Amino acid sequence: MSDTLSSKSSNPAEASATRLPDDVIAVQRAPSPSRTGAAYRTFGATLKGLRTTLARTLEKPTTIQYPEEKTPVYPRFRGRHKLHRFEDSGLEKCVGCSLCAAACPAECIRVVAAENTPEHQVSAGERYAAVYEINLSRCIFCGYCEVACPFDAITMGNDYELSDYTRSDLIFTKEMLLADPIERAPLRREGE
Amino acid sequence: MIGAALGSAAGAAPLSLVPLALSETGPIWVQLVKAVVIFVAILQIVPVVLWAERRLLGRFQGRLGPNRVGPAGLLQPLADVLKLVSKEASTPATAVPWMMAIAPVISIATAVLTLAIIPFGAPGAYGGEFALAGIDVSIGLLYFFAFGSISFYGLMLGGWASGSKYSFLGSMRAAAQLVSYEVAIGLSLLGVAMAAGSLSLVEIVEAQSGIWFVIPQFVGFLIFMVAGFAESSRPPFDLPEADAELVSGYNTEFGGMRFGSFFMAEYIEVLVISGVATAIFLGGWHGPGPEFLGPMWVLIKMLALVFLFIWVRATLPRLRYDQLMTLGWKILLPLATLNVLVTAILVVVIPG
Repeated sequence: MSDTLSSKSSNPAEASATRLPDDVIAVQRAPSPSRTGAAYRTFGATLKGLRTTLARTLEKPTTIQYPEEKTPVYPRFRGRHKLHRFEDSGLEKCVGCSLCAAACPAECIRVVAAENTPEHQVSAGERYAAVYEINLSRCIFCGYCEVACPFDAITMGNDYELSDYTRSDLIFTKEMLLADPIERAPLRREGE
Repeated sequence: MIGAALGSAAGAAPLSLVPLALSETGPIWVQLVKAVVIFVAILQIVPVVLWAERRLLGRFQGRLGPNRVGPAGLLQPLADVLKLVSKEASTPATAVPWMMAIAPVISIATAVLTLAIIPFGAPGAYGGEFALAGIDVSIGLLYFFAFGSISFYGLMLGGWASGSKYSFLGSMRAAAQLVSYEVAIGLSLLGVAMAAGSLSLVEIVEAQSGIWFVIPQFVGFLIFMVAGFAESSRPPFDLPEADAELVSGYNTEFGGMRFGSFFMAEYIEVLVISGVATAIFLGGWHGPGPEFLGPMWVLIKMLALVFLFIWVRATLPRLRYDQLMTLGWKILLPLATLNVLVTAILVVVIPG
């Protein structure tokens, strides 16, 4: 690096000038235009700028009018969680193993397991989740719970409209997570 | 009554030195009707311009602009005004309260007073002999310069009386900007005054029945528009209220409707500059169709110039302070002087 610099400063064009220290690079500027030239160029540039902005008005605005018009999400978008049931038997897939709670870096999942009995069969395994809560005000939507789950009982959905008025309303219970979301986020089409 | 008396006196002796040419203003009730109509009409245009500016700026920047309040956002200015009216007009402890109170009044009063000289139609277009302007003064251009200069007192007093450093810097900039651009704006109109042989806006418009002054006085028009942007402290010359560096400049400490008055004065000023440019360069009420369509042509030309104001605001970045001074003194002033010289020679060489 210092070689190239010193070879630059020992360039014959600059040899007559005072020798610069090795860490200083001589900046060469383009010849400054004459005053009339500068004024003329400024005027031209102004007109060019006016044309550019006028062309923008002819384009469609990029605004998405949010509450009416929602940004579509990609299929793998990680939104609100969903708990699943078996479609044939209607039993819950979750067996209360708490692996999701163990994997969760934000520690926002609380699982309390209970034993299935023949009269009260909730899930397909031996145990089921008596309590399954996700505190969505803590959740960082990393998707580790989905990865950790051995039965695909929990997956990340596409819903992102999760604001609420109180923090306690953001603790989603098992019933809320099992139910379908009230309003579905639009899904992005292939290649969109 | 005084106007009528002076009018008859001036009518009887055409060569008498009546300072205000009141011969064509009509009786007092006509004066009052004209004043009310012009005042009300322009005050109705201000919110429309406000709305149009925000919508157009949105389109220039690839977005929609306000569209929630009312159909297409048309009630947005009303909502803004309601908000401003309901807010407190606070005064800082370091301020000079009475000066802070009169500064917005000066701004808005001078802006409205300048409206009076804009001619909206040919004399006698709706019967009678009077001009369709608030007043047809023989010193129209000087009147415009005078009130344009006084309007800067509103900015300067407002900024100084606020007792805030940002406001003070804003008002200092306003003062410097006024001095730099008053000269250019005056010289740019001198060419037209010489070509028309009058300072009265009505007579200047009448002199444009053949060709509009924008063509022979194109340089003057450009200088007038550039200086007009500075005069109304609109972007790219909004240094007195440069919000990037001075919070909001001279109006930083103003709240509620005091700020609203400054805001409104700025938009009336834009309309005034557009109106004066229409009268002086764009042929005023001249246009196709019968004479009574004059006011319509004036408004169309004015709004076209207002569009130019908005368009330029969306395009050009704010000038640096030294660039503002360089443009004013080193480019506009020599150009305007040259324009005056060339016009003076041509007026002498080409008779009529």
